[in-house]
Amino acid sequence: MAKSHKPVVWFPFAAGGTVIAFCIPVIVLLTSMAALGHVPDGLGYERMHAFAAGALGKLVIFSVVALSLWSSAHRLRCTCFDFGLRADKVVATVLYLAAVAGSVATAVYLLRI
Amino acid sequence: MKQRLVQLEVLRYNPDTDSEASFQRYEVVCQDEWVVLDALNKVKESIDPTLNYRWSCHMAVCGSCGMMINGEPKLACHAFLRDYEGVIRIEPLAHFPIERDLVTAPDDFMEKLKRVKPYLIPQQKRSLDEGENRQTPAQLMKFRQYSMCINCMLCYAACPEYGLTPKFIGPAALTLAHRYNQDSRDAGRAERQEVAATHEGVWECTFVGACSEVCPAHVDPASALQQMKISSSIDWLKEHLMPWGSK
Amino acid sequence: MSRRPLVREVPPTSWFFRHPRYLRYMAREVTCIFIGAYCVLLVVGLQRLAAGQASYEAFLAALRSPASIVFHALALVAAVYHAATWFNATQKAMPVQVGEDFLPGTVISGAHYVAWVVLSFVVLFLAGVF
Repeated sequence: MAKSHKPVVWFPFAAGGTVIAFCIPVIVLLTSMAALGHVPDGLGYERMHAFAAGALGKLVIFSVVALSLWSSAHRLRCTCFDFGLRADKVVATVLYLAAVAGSVATAVYLLRI
Repeated sequence: MKQRLVQLEVLRYNPDTDSEASFQRYEVVCQDEWVVLDALNKVKESIDPTLNYRWSCHMAVCGSCGMMINGEPKLACHAFLRDYEGVIRIEPLAHFPIERDLVTAPDDFMEKLKRVKPYLIPQQKRSLDEGENRQTPAQLMKFRQYSMCINCMLCYAACPEYGLTPKFIGPAALTLAHRYNQDSRDAGRAERQEVAATHEGVWECTFVGACSEVCPAHVDPASALQQMKISSSIDWLKEHLMPWGSK
Repeated sequence: MSRRPLVREVPPTSWFFRHPRYLRYMAREVTCIFIGAYCVLLVVGLQRLAAGQASYEAFLAALRSPASIVFHALALVAAVYHAATWFNATQKAMPVQVGEDFLPGTVISGAHYVAWVVLSFVVLFLAGVF
C-alpha cells in the first residue's frame, strides 16, 4: 500500500478554504452592494484598475481567486462522491482542470491590466 | 420508584433461518431510572430468551453494548430511558455486518486496529534495570485524551465515509495511531504512516465530524485525523520537494 | 452453528437523510458550488476590467439584474456558512498546547473570528464603504 499523493491537492484546498473563509464573505458583500445599485468607491473603474495594475494587487487577486477556485473544485469532487457519483477519476480531472483554467485566465487578464 | 411501560422495536436477524432482518415489538415494564440495556435484559429474562446482544460492564467502560438507538450510535448502558419518548427503535451498529439480532461482526475493525500498530514502538529496547520510562505531565497531556478509546466502534457506525467506503481504516484505529505517534516514548510513527498516510488512511476522511459527536469516552477522532492530514502533508512536502529535508 | 453475517448496503445517494448532522455536513460541502460559481463571476469581472472602462461598467450594471441579486444573496449565505464552519474547525485541526494544558478550543476559533471581523472591516474601509 503506497503512501497517498493527496497532499498535492489537499494543501491548496486547505489554504483555499482559509482564504475563502477570511476573504470571500466581504468580497461578496462588496459586489452585493454593487448589485443593489450602490457601487462602493473602491469598486469603481479607476480605483479597481489602479489596484489590479500594481504588483501587490495582482498578487492578492490571483491568490484569492486561484486558491478559492481550487478549494471549491476539490470540495466539489468530494461532494460528488457523497452524492453517489462514483466516477471519481473523471470528476477529479474535470474539476481540477476547470480550476486550473480559471487560474490561468485570471493570470492572463491580470497581466493585460 | 416510578415505573413505566416501555415499547421497544428491535431489529432481529437469525442467520439460520432469515434472509432479511425485521423489527420485532416488545412491551416491558421498566423502572424510570433504567437504561436501554436494562430494558433489553428485562425482555430477555421475562419475554424472549432468544434475543441476542452483547454487553458486559454496564458502566460505559467495556464498549460491548454499542447499538443504534433511534438512529444514533449509543452504548445501551449509557442511554437512559427517561431521555426517550414513545417507541424506542433499536438496531445493531450501522456499517457492520449483523451476526445475529443486535450482535455485529467486528472483524473488519479488529483487522484494521492491528494494521496501525497501536502499541509503543520504542527506538531502543530498554531492559528492566534501566528503570521506568519517564514522562512529563505536558508529554502525557499530548496523547492522554486519545488513549481513552474503549473500542466500542460507535464512531465507525457514525462515520458515513466508512459506510460508503469500507476500506477506510476509520476513526478509532487512526486515532489510536495518532495516540502512539504523539507519545514521547514512541518512535514508530514512520511504520504507522505506511498505513495512515495511504488513500485508505486519513485521506478517506472528509471531516464530517460525526465520530467525535458520538464518542462516549470524549475522544476526539475528528481532531486526531485532521492533525494527521496536516502532518502527513508536511511529510509529503519534505519527501518530494525538499529531499534534503527528509531523513 | 453457521456464520452468515448480514451485510447492509449504505444507500449511496440518500444516506445523508439518515441524520440531521449529515445534512449539516452536506450543507457545508454544498457551499462550494456557490463559492466556485462566484469565483467564476470574479474571473469574468477581471476580464471586463482588462477590456476597458466601458466594458467594466457594463459588467457592474449587469450585476443589478434580479438573477444576480438572488445569486449574491445565496453566495453570501454560503460564504458566511463556510467561514463559520471553517473557523469552528480550526480548533480541531490545530490544537495549541501551552505548558501542560491545551488552549480551550473557543480561544482558537474565537481568535479566528476576531481576525475575520477586523480584516473584513479593513477591506470595507479600503473599498471606501465608510
